[in-house]
Amino acid sequence: AAKNYPNDGDSVQRLFYDTIKGGDFRSREANVYRLAQISNHIIDQCVAQGVPFGREYGGTLSNRSFGGAQVSRTFYARGQTGQQLLLGAYQALLRQITAGQVTMRPRTEMLELVVVNGHAKGIVVRDLVTGKVSSHAGDAVVLATGGYANVFYLSTNAAGCNVTATYRAYKKGAYFANPCFTQIHPTCIPVTGDHQSKLTLMSESLRNHGRVWVPKKKGDARTPRDIPENERDYYLERKYPSYGNLAPRDIASRSAKEVCDRGLGVGESGRGVYLDFSEAIGRLGDQKIRELYGNLFDMYDRITGENPYAVPMRIYPAAHYTMGGLWVDYDLMSNLPGLYVIGEANFSDHGSNRLGASALMQGLADGYFILPATIGDYLAKNAGEKIKADHPEFKKAEDEVLSRVQRLLAVKGKRTPASFHRELGALLWEFCGMTRNAAGLKKALARIPELRDEFWKNVNVLGENESFNQALEKAGRVADFLEFAELLCQDALDREESCGGHFREEHQTADGEALRNDEKFSYVAAWGYQGIGKKPALNLEPLKFENIALAQRSYK
Amino acid sequence: MRLILRIWRQKNTKGRGGFVEYPVDDLSPNMSFLEMLDVLNERLVQKGEEPIAFDHDCREGICGMCSLVINGVAHGSEKATTACQLHLRHFKDGEYVTIEPWRAKPFPVIRDLVVDRSAFDRILQAGGFVSVNTGSAAEANTVLVPKRDAEKAMDAAACIGCGACVAACKNASAMLFVAAKVSHLAWLPQGQVEAKARVKKMVAQMDREGFGNCTNQYECQAVCPKEISVAFIAKMNRDYLRSGEEEGS
Repeated sequence: AAKNYPNDGDSVQRLFYDTIKGGDFRSREANVYRLAQISNHIIDQCVAQGVPFGREYGGTLSNRSFGGAQVSRTFYARGQTGQQLLLGAYQALLRQITAGQVTMRPRTEMLELVVVNGHAKGIVVRDLVTGKVSSHAGDAVVLATGGYANVFYLSTNAAGCNVTATYRAYKKGAYFANPCFTQIHPTCIPVTGDHQSKLTLMSESLRNHGRVWVPKKKGDARTPRDIPENERDYYLERKYPSYGNLAPRDIASRSAKEVCDRGLGVGESGRGVYLDFSEAIGRLGDQKIRELYGNLFDMYDRITGENPYAVPMRIYPAAHYTMGGLWVDYDLMSNLPGLYVIGEANFSDHGSNRLGASALMQGLADGYFILPATIGDYLAKNAGEKIKADHPEFKKAEDEVLSRVQRLLAVKGKRTPASFHRELGALLWEFCGMTRNAAGLKKALARIPELRDEFWKNVNVLGENESFNQALEKAGRVADFLEFAELLCQDALDREESCGGHFREEHQTADGEALRNDEKFSYVAAWGYQGIGKKPALNLEPLKFENIALAQRSYK
Repeated sequence: MRLILRIWRQKNTKGRGGFVEYPVDDLSPNMSFLEMLDVLNERLVQKGEEPIAFDHDCREGICGMCSLVINGVAHGSEKATTACQLHLRHFKDGEYVTIEPWRAKPFPVIRDLVVDRSAFDRILQAGGFVSVNTGSAAEANTVLVPKRDAEKAMDAAACIGCGACVAACKNASAMLFVAAKVSHLAWLPQGQVEAKARVKKMVAQMDREGFGNCTNQYECQAVCPKEISVAFIAKMNRDYLRSGEEEGS
C-alpha cells in the first residue's frame, strides 16, 4: 500500500505507475488508479480487524520491499501475510454469520450459474458430503472463486482450486478476458519426482535478502560453498542493475528458465537456481534472518531436508497466479447483468503481470470497498420481480448438473481423473508456459480435444454421487480444465506480441525482453463462448492510457 | 522403499469403520506423506477399489485441512510439521504406519479419514473477531502497538485451526485452539474493548460443542504444527476469571 511510512518516496501515483508498468501496460488505467488509492484504506481496515502486522520498536507498522518496486511499501505478518489477511476477512465474515446476515455452507460446490431473462439470478450447488444437488436464488451473484493456475496441474495453488465456477459462467455468456496472462512465480521449490502433487512457494520477500545465482560453468557439480564468487553468475544483478534480485516475477522466471535451458541449472533435475543468503547472514547475522524468514527457512528444510542457513536454497519457477479471468466493467460487473466477479476470479487491475503482495490487495479492495459501493446500483435498478429457486431455469440447471455427474460415473474407463490432469498440466507447461510460440500452441490446440475426448471415453470414477466422493469432485473439475485449456491456448495464439507473463518467442527485443505491439494489441481480449471445440468470439476492449506514457518496460 | 499402512476406513458417519492393511512398494523418500496416499489411491482405483478419503488443500502446512493421526501422533512425530509437510525420509523401509482420523466426539467422521470440524467455526463465530464495520477504520498508525505485543499476537495468530490439539488431548479439549484466538486478539489494542465478552462467549461455545476440559497434560502443545504455547491457555484462564469481575459476579 502507498502509505509511504518509510519516507522513501512512495505515493498513490507511484503505486499506480508501478502497477501499470508491472502489468506491462495491459490493464485498465482507471481500475489501477482506484486500486492504488484504496490500498491505504485496506491497511487501515486490516489493522482495525486485528491483523497482527509486524511493528517497529516505536509501535508503528513495518514495511519491506517486494519485486517490481524500488520502495518498501509492503506490510507483512512474518512469512504468512496472506494467511493473516484471510483470517481478518474470515473473522469479519463470522461476525456477519452471527448477526444473521450471512448463511455459510461449507463443503458445498457451485456447479452451475443460473441465468433468467438474461440476468444472473442464482446458482446450483452440490453438497460434497451427501451429493445432494440444490438451487439457490438471489438478486445478484458474486463470484470470488479464485484463479485457474491449477490448469497446469503443478502450481503453488491449493489442491482444491479450480476454474469451474468462472468457466460455467463463461459458458452461460460471461466473457472470459485475457486467459493467457498467467503468472509464473520465480521462487518455488523445484520438482523432485513424478509423484509431485504441487509446488511450494517460497515467499517473494526472500528476494529482499537472497541473491540469485548459477555457476558460470556448465555441469559444475561442486557444492555451492566451493564455487568462488568470480565463478558465479548473479544473473539478475547483472541483467537488471537497478532492480537486481527484485526484478518483477515474469522477468525473474524467464531468466531462470533461460539459464536452465542453457544447462547451467543446479540440483538433480538441472531445473533449479540458487537463492543464496550467505551474504545477508554475514552482514545482518543469523538472528535477524531468522526473525524475518524463520518459518520459511524451516518450511524449506522440512520439504527438501536441506538447511538454508548453511546451504543456498534451490528454487525454480512455478505457475502461481492468473491475471486473466472473467471480464468486468469498472463496477466489477460482468457483461452478464447481475453477475459480479471479484479478486483473482476477475481479469482487472494487474494487466499481463501482477506485482508481489498485490493479489490480496486487489481482492480486499474489490470486496471491502468497491463491490459494496457498486452493487447497489444494479440492485436498485432491478428491484422488480423476485425470482425464486422454483423457476424452471433452476430445475433445468439442476438436471444438467445431475446428468453431468451421472455421465462421469457411468464411463467406468481405465484412467483416473488425476492422470488426465497430470497429462494436461504437462502439455500446457510445455507449450503454454513461460515462453510460447505459434507452432507449440497449435500443437497444444490439436492435442487438447483429443485428450478431452479420451477423458469422456476412458475416465474411471468409482463410487456413487450420494456420498462423500473426492474422485467425483476431481473429475468434474478436470473436465472443466479440459475445455478451458483450449481457451487459454487460443488466447495465447491470438495475441501476437509479448507482454508481462505472456511471452511469444517470435516477439522479443534483441536482448530477449518482451516486445509489445501497442499498435495492434493494446486491448483486453474478452472471449465469448460459442460452443465446445468452436473458436470463441473475440470482443475487444481497447486500452487507452491518458495519464501515463506507454514505454518499453525496463528494469535495468 | 516399502511401507505397510494400516488405514482407518469408514463408509460414512454412521458406519462402524475399521482398519485395513495396505502394503505399498516403490515409494521415494522424497515423497510427501500425502503424495504417498495419492500413489496408493491411484493403485486402488486401478484395482476397482474406492480411494481413501482424506482432507487436504494447500499441501504446505498453512490451510489447516490435513488431519491425520500417524502412528498415534497427530500430524506424525516430526515437530512443528503438518501431515502434508511430512516426508517419507522420516520413515524406515518396511515400517508399519497406522493412519487414523482425528478422534473426538465434536469431530464426527464424515468418511474414512475426513472429519467434520465445523465446531471450530461455531466457536469462532461466538466471538473470535473484532466488531468493526468495513469502510471507516482509523488511519493504520493511529494506535501504536508495542513490538513485543505484536510478536505475541502473531505467535497466537499462527494457529491454523487444524484441530491436532483436540486429537492429541485425552479429554478432547479445544483449549489451545480457543486460547490461540482469544490471545491473538487480547494482545492487540484493537481486541481490548471486547476482550472479556469474547473469552466468555467462546469458552461457553466450546463447552456447548462437547469438547472436554483441560487437565494440563500439554499434549496439545507437543503436537501443534505451529508451536502454539500452552502459556496462551494460562493467559486465557486468567482472562476468563477476570471476565467475571465486571458484572460483579
